[in-house]
Amino acid sequence: MAPAVPRSGDAIFANVERVNAELFTLTYGAIVRQLLTDLEEVEEVNKQLDQMGYNIGIRLIDEFLAKSNVTRCVDFRETAEVIAKVGFKMFLGVTASVTNWDNEGTCCSLILEDNPLVDFVELPDTCQGLYYCNILSGVVRGALEMVSMKTEITWIRDMLRGDDAFELQVKLLKQVPEEYPYKDDE
Amino acid sequence: MASTACFMIISKNDIPIYEAEVGSALKKEEAAHQHQFILHAALDVVQDLAWTTSAMFLKSIDRFNDLVVSVYVTAGHTRLMLLHDSRNDDGIKSFFQEVHELYIKILLNPLYLPGSRVTSSHFDTKVRALARKYI
Repeated sequence: MAPAVPRSGDAIFANVERVNAELFTLTYGAIVRQLLTDLEEVEEVNKQLDQMGYNIGIRLIDEFLAKSNVTRCVDFRETAEVIAKVGFKMFLGVTASVTNWDNEGTCCSLILEDNPLVDFVELPDTCQGLYYCNILSGVVRGALEMVSMKTEITWIRDMLRGDDAFELQVKLLKQVPEEYPYKDDE
Repeated sequence: MASTACFMIISKNDIPIYEAEVGSALKKEEAAHQHQFILHAALDVVQDLAWTTSAMFLKSIDRFNDLVVSVYVTAGHTRLMLLHDSRNDDGIKSFFQEVHELYIKILLNPLYLPGSRVTSSHFDTKVRALARKYI
């Protein structure tokens, strides 16, 4: 069998099952709304969204690797490109661009010009501190953790707060070496 | 010519959720109260008329001196009410239709609770711009 070629985000996106964008947006909106009612504190909601995203991410990475046929990335730069161009396209239908690399190549920004999660949304005065899309940062964090990269993700820009795009800063904390979960002599 | 126009959105529970004086006439404190009062009085007429027709736009359903009340009833029975002294029916109809679209956008916002006050400044600006354009 010929080795599987990595597929582009567009190619995968064309083949997967899709749902209506409004249904998707409103479902996510309903989740956030419910969290706000249940948890009351905006800070708590941010944490919860991040946790939910993390739980999605650790599962999603398998699906991603199975469908996209991407091979091992040589460095973090390539990883970021793959997330932005293939990952986001595959699951969110939009692509992100990667910029603002620091000198060591461990910190960069993913910029989303367009984000289907936030159609219709406008933050009322009562939840100004809310990171509406915090689930995305959780997904990326969870997915990267499963491929042994500890990352820290922060929102730099948020369209709901009046900025012109969404900017996620991804910072590589450490690469966990792969190891057996058991000792040799056991 | 200075025109008077007062626009109000009434939720299906008869609670005003948005109001704006959109006329070009100078604002007077007591006039605003009077406008509110006239629109409030017209609600009963709307109640009766709304179920007799399938049209959403009910024009000139009530009058007070030279002021006329026109109403647009959405499917969810939210009422967009306009008190005006101009006779530009087509303009008012387009105004209502476009405000309706804006209102739907507000309603689709997951963080907006249906039936609560519309506080969005974006909505406010848009409504005022539409009023200048059509009325």
